[in-house]
Amino acid sequence: MNKTILKTENLCAYFTDEKVLKDVNIQFERNKVTAIMGPSGCGKTTLIRTINRMHELVPGARITGRIILEEDNIATLHPILVRRRIGMVFQRPNPFPTMSIFENVIAGYKLNGIHLPKDEMNQTVEEALKGAALWDEVKDVLHRKGTFLSGGQQQRLCIARALAMRPPVILLDEPTSALDPKATSSIEELIVELKDTVTILIVTHNTAQAARVSDFTAFMYLGELIEFGTTQKMFTVPDHKKTEEYLTGKFG
Amino acid sequence: MKERTYYRIARDKIFISTVVLLCAISIVPLLLILYYIAINGISAINWEFLFNLPAPVGEEGGGVSNAIIGTLMLVVIASIMAVPIGILTGIYLSENKDSRFAGMIRSTVEVIMGVPSIILGIIAYAWVVLPMRQFSALAGGVALAIMMLPVIIRSTEETLNLIPNELKEASLALGVPYYRTMIKVILPVGLSGIITGILLGVARIAGETAPLLFTAFGNQFMNLNIFKPVNSLPLMIYYYATSPYEQWHVDAWGASFLLAIFVLGLNFITKLVARR
Amino acid sequence: MTNKKDEKKGSRYERNESIFQWILIVSSIILLLILIGIFVTLPLNSMDSIKEFGLRFVISTDWSPQKELFGALPFIVGTLLTSFIALLFSIPFALSIALFLGEYFTHGIISTILKSAVELLAGIPSIIYGFWGIFVLVPVIRMLQIKLGIAPYGVGIFTSAVILTIMIIPYSASIGREVIQLVPNDYKEAAYSMGATRFEVIRQVILPIARSGVLAGIILSLGRALGETMAVTMLIGNVNKLPDFSVAVPEGFSLFSFNSYVTLFDNILKGFLDGVFSPSNTMASIIANEFTETTTDLQLSSIVEIGLVLFIMTLIINLIGRYIIKKTSVM
Repeated sequence: MNKTILKTENLCAYFTDEKVLKDVNIQFERNKVTAIMGPSGCGKTTLIRTINRMHELVPGARITGRIILEEDNIATLHPILVRRRIGMVFQRPNPFPTMSIFENVIAGYKLNGIHLPKDEMNQTVEEALKGAALWDEVKDVLHRKGTFLSGGQQQRLCIARALAMRPPVILLDEPTSALDPKATSSIEELIVELKDTVTILIVTHNTAQAARVSDFTAFMYLGELIEFGTTQKMFTVPDHKKTEEYLTGKFG
Repeated sequence: MKERTYYRIARDKIFISTVVLLCAISIVPLLLILYYIAINGISAINWEFLFNLPAPVGEEGGGVSNAIIGTLMLVVIASIMAVPIGILTGIYLSENKDSRFAGMIRSTVEVIMGVPSIILGIIAYAWVVLPMRQFSALAGGVALAIMMLPVIIRSTEETLNLIPNELKEASLALGVPYYRTMIKVILPVGLSGIITGILLGVARIAGETAPLLFTAFGNQFMNLNIFKPVNSLPLMIYYYATSPYEQWHVDAWGASFLLAIFVLGLNFITKLVARR
Repeated sequence: MTNKKDEKKGSRYERNESIFQWILIVSSIILLLILIGIFVTLPLNSMDSIKEFGLRFVISTDWSPQKELFGALPFIVGTLLTSFIALLFSIPFALSIALFLGEYFTHGIISTILKSAVELLAGIPSIIYGFWGIFVLVPVIRMLQIKLGIAPYGVGIFTSAVILTIMIIPYSASIGREVIQLVPNDYKEAAYSMGATRFEVIRQVILPIARSGVLAGIILSLGRALGETMAVTMLIGNVNKLPDFSVAVPEGFSLFSFNSYVTLFDNILKGFLDGVFSPSNTMASIIANEFTETTTDLQLSSIVEIGLVLFIMTLIINLIGRYIIKKTSVM
């Protein structure tokens, strides 16, 4: 199997006339955690949203260049099919308020009208919740609504929801910025565990977090990829001056 | 300087007293109306009143059963027409905040809301009664449906606007198509707000008389055929109240009592639902 | 690794998406069609009358089915009189309620009580207002008329105006309250810190800022008053003539006699009261009364034309009100 599971080639993104991503070329390695960091406005969120084609929700947004997922050019696939192969977890936990915990986890199937036999459904939910380190806490209250959970638990529920689809790649968009420190560290532990089963891309503005959880780091600035490499190298001997300035807190 | 200050303080106190007084006076008509309806209306209500058909003048035991059924019929007919269109249009407006077409539709809705109800009666007369050559519950329903639409559209749009965008994104990111996201995720979340809108719409049209004068027209007998004229509580109140017969006046109070309970009760239920 | 199945699924989703979008658009277009329908139906059905009377229709005071002469002036005047009087009467009350709920008591149980009362007032069907008016308001007005020495009809323009006042207060009150509540605290605090009394803050800070919004609320409630039908129909007396404001010139009037002036003033007052209390009809009430009792096509067409005039009038008033709201864009 190819080491690279996902890559972008000369990726540029435009919001109407403004160019927000400039010729980004990255190769994401399978079963590793890659952090994407940079100051606000650097394009990191835009980057991951182009990967699961969520940028298309904004009128006037378009890309040039290619994004290849496991040998497929995602531009040739229907966006819906792309999004089923790529999971996403957002900054603020957003479990569906009218659904129970169980229904939330299985939502990817239910909402798409995919009928699983009961046993398979239960198994999928249990696996996903275990994968998100939430099973023990909610196994007895699966049929209660998810809104009573704490922030950290809700976010893990969202992770379980994404995991249930068994995607090869999961995108995390600043998943802990709305959480307290304790919840943050439990999510970070989870991320490190999960990489055995999924490839993770995590956008974060917290450089310490990037250092803690990621194997590779991409540093972006004003829409350009400034530097990409192992986290080890980036944080000790970065190649670019800008990277070093960012990491030492000179800006951003 | 001191006198000036005393004057200013006194003026301030007089002003707030006047404001409070005027507010209190404003409530007086409400209390009077509720009082009269209760006193005169309750005494008119009994089994016969609720279940009998209207009796000719002079005969005892007349009731308003056909008016009650007629009102319900009209509400149902109007709702069948107004609720789907209202919700769908509300969804469209909420999902297209910036488009010029949506702005045009929004203005259209507001204009329709401001049209006097009797004019809508004329419209329904021209569109339904004339071609059918007959007064009918359907015609009344059409007029009422047009009145109901803006209420439902507005509350649907407002409800959906309050739903955070992230919910939509969470569903779309799971690979759920847009139309399924709206129907299976967003609408259920906004359900209580939409239902509130429908209840408000019903409360608005249940008490309407003017548009029914030459559409539903009224009927002495019970009628369940939507293509024929039908009675309704407000119509009945109008005809009885403006008649010279004492017995009919009594019945009109009873009918007013029923109507008031229904309409005000709906408004009250709406408040409860909205709180959830 | 795209396969045929995925492609099929993809195009199925495309199709469903388009269907959904189409349904939404069609639904919205229906609204447009309804409005266009209204604009077309009214003139279409008043063609006979328009062709027969032309512009004279709005100036003529004839209304006689036998002679086949129809003019809308009495009803236009009746509508305008009742509505404007009601508007005038309602302003102090609506403003008080707006200030009470928007400034003095924005929270708390008293506020809830008043707010609920106002909402109840707005929720009472017009027919009930009319009915109650006949049996409670009319006798009172009759007594007043006897006291004033004018004909004790009980019904008339004044009575209708009173009931209209009660009915439109909730509208301007609620818009006024919203606008007043939206006045930023900073301005109020600046004034308070300079030692202003509450009344002064209201008069010199809040009302000037909220002025356009309050004005818009008043205009919109005028629109409501113009179109109100049932309560007015039941209380206006149904007389198809212009209200009678004529003033009798006293006999033997002399420029130098003080008594003459007293009598003249008396007569002016009486003329005014006669007019204000006279039975009349409004555009909405004539339609309500005569629509089903027209004998000729021309009569029906004239009634519809009155409806057209009413529609245009309320439309213009509502557009003006909404325009003001948009300009101030407080809401």
